[in-house]
Amino acid sequence: MANPVQSDAEVLASTAEGTYRRLVLRAPEAAPRVAPGHFATLAVGGPGSSLLLRRAFHIDRADPAAGTIELVLADHGAGTRELRRARAGDRLALIAPLGTPFPLPEGPVSALLVAEEYGAAALLTLAEEIRRAGGQVGFILGAAGADRLYGVERARALTQDVLVVTADGSAGLPGRVTGPLAQAIAAIDARVVYTAGPAAPAAETARIAQELGVRCWTAVETPMACGTGICMGCVLPVVGADGVSRFTRCCTDGPVFDGARVRWSELGSVPPDLEGAPAAEVAAR
Amino acid sequence: MNPEDVDLTVPFGPHTLPNPLTTASGCAGYGRELARFVPLDELGSVTTKTITARPRAGAATPRTAETPSGLLNAIGLQGAGIDVFVRTELPWLAERGARVLVSIAGERLEEYAEVAARLNGRPGVIGIEVNLCCPNAAARGPVFAGNPATSYDVVRAVRQVADADLPVYAKLSPDVTSITEIAAACVQAGADGLSMINTTQGLAIDLDTLRPALASGAGGLSGPAVRPIAVRCVHQVHAAMLAGRMPQVPIIGMGGLRSGRDALEFALAGADGVAVGTTLFHDPAAPLRILDELRAELAARGFAKFTDVVGLAHRTTPRPEGSP
Repeated sequence: MANPVQSDAEVLASTAEGTYRRLVLRAPEAAPRVAPGHFATLAVGGPGSSLLLRRAFHIDRADPAAGTIELVLADHGAGTRELRRARAGDRLALIAPLGTPFPLPEGPVSALLVAEEYGAAALLTLAEEIRRAGGQVGFILGAAGADRLYGVERARALTQDVLVVTADGSAGLPGRVTGPLAQAIAAIDARVVYTAGPAAPAAETARIAQELGVRCWTAVETPMACGTGICMGCVLPVVGADGVSRFTRCCTDGPVFDGARVRWSELGSVPPDLEGAPAAEVAAR
Repeated sequence: MNPEDVDLTVPFGPHTLPNPLTTASGCAGYGRELARFVPLDELGSVTTKTITARPRAGAATPRTAETPSGLLNAIGLQGAGIDVFVRTELPWLAERGARVLVSIAGERLEEYAEVAARLNGRPGVIGIEVNLCCPNAAARGPVFAGNPATSYDVVRAVRQVADADLPVYAKLSPDVTSITEIAAACVQAGADGLSMINTTQGLAIDLDTLRPALASGAGGLSGPAVRPIAVRCVHQVHAAMLAGRMPQVPIIGMGGLRSGRDALEFALAGADGVAVGTTLFHDPAAPLRILDELRAELAARGFAKFTDVVGLAHRTTPRPEGSP
C-alpha cells in the first residue's frame, strides 16, 4: 500500500495529446514517492460537488526534482470532462501515489510492454527504469484508432521495437494488441511482460504470456469508488500466495497483479471456492 | 465566541468522547487505509466495516455506481471475519488510540451473538453497532431490519452476550413503513442507542450494457442524495422519544453528511453523534474539516457546547424573528 499525499495541486500545464489531455501538476511531496504503476485520483469539484467519486488516472511521469507529476485524462463522461477543462493556474484535489507499483525485473532482462490507448502512460517510465538497469524493452501499443494512441513517439525514443496496432487499421497493423503478442515475445526474447489497461486485453495478454512460460504483470483498469481502499468496490478474484483465492482490491493490493494469479475468466462472478463465498444453498437463492 | 472554545465532547456509555464524529460503517474499512489521511484518535470514534463470524467474499462486481449526489453500492459485506479482526485489525486500531465502535452482522442470531461475545474485554472497543441490514438466512433473504420482531431478536441476542459496559447500538434501515416502530422494538430489546440511517435501496441502469449497473441489481444508496431522508428519520424517532412513545436513547445520525453545517443539522434533528460516510470517498481528510466547521457553526450561533443543540429543532417556541 502506497504512502499517499493529499493536496490541492496547482495545474502547471495542460496539453492535448491525441484525444487525451495531459496535466502537469505541482506535487512536491507526492512526486518523490511515485514508482511506475502507481496511480493518482482527482476529485471533481469541491466539497459540495454532486459527483462524489474521485477519478483515477495513471501517473505518466513523476519528477521529484521539479516537484511535479503528470497525468493523462481520457474522456470517460461528465467527471473527466470537467477535469479536462482544468488549465494552468487552476487547483485540483489530488491524492497520489496510490496502489502497488510494478515489481522491477531483477537485473538486465528483456521486457515486453503492452498497452491499449492511455494505458501506455503506466509503462513509459517503467521502460526507462528497465533500460537504466541494463535491460531491453519492446512495446506493443494499440488503440481503437490512430487518434487514441498514446506515447508512441516516446516509446520509439527508447527502443526501435515498437509495434503499433489499431482496431480500425488507421495506424500500424490492424487488430488488437494481443494479435502480435506471441511473435513479439519471441522476437525480443522477452522474459517478462508488463501490461496496463482494461481487464479484457490484460486477461488475454496474461493468458498468452503464461502459455509461453513468461511472467506477466498486469495493471488492471477497473471502476473504483474511493481509490484508497476503504470501500471494497474494486475487487478482483486473485489467488493469494497461500493458494487461497480472495476478492482483492485493485486500489491497494493492485492495480498491479501477477497475471497468472488473477482468475480472469471469472470476473463479474463470485467463484464458489473463493474464501467466504456463500454456501451452495445460499448462492442458489 | 471563538470556535476553538466550543466544547464538542459527548458522553458515550461510560466514556467521554472528544467529539461526536464517527465514521459510517463500510466507509472507513478497518481504519488502516483511512489512517493515511486522518489521525484516527482525532475522531470521536471509528466505526468499523461490518464484521461477521466467518470470512465473507461479498458480492460480484461491479459493486458501485455513481448517481446524482449519491453512490449506489452492493459490496455484500465482504470481510475477513472476526478472527482476523481481533487478531490483527483491532490491536492495530487500539495502538493508535482509536476508540472503536465495531459494526457486526450475521445471517443468523447465533452469528450476531458469536461475534459480539468475541468483543468483550478487548482494548479499544467502546461499543457495538448491530448492522440489521444482513439477509436473514432463516427467512431466506429479507434483512432483519425490515421488521420489528426480527430487529428485536437480533438486538436482544447481542445485548445478552455483550459486556454491560459496551453500549449496543442498532443501525436502522430507512426502507421500512414505520422507523419509530422498529426503533422502539430495538430499544425494548435492550439497545443502548440507535444509528440511523443505513443506505436506502436504489437501482441504476448502465446504458452501455443495457443492464443494471451493479452486478447485484439493486444496491444501497448513500451520499448527500439521502441526507433529507436521514434527517427525517432522526427527527421522527427523536420526536417519538420526546413524546414518550419510546424510551429516550442516544442517536447517531448519518447519511450524506459532508460538512459542519450538516452535522449541526443532524444534531438539531436529535442526533447525539454524527457519522461521515460516503464523503470519505470524495475526501478522506474530511473529518477534520467537518469538526472545524462544526465548531465554527456552533460558535456563530453562540452555542458553547455541542450537546446544547441536540434536538433543538423540536422546540415548540416561536421561530426566531426575521425567519420566514
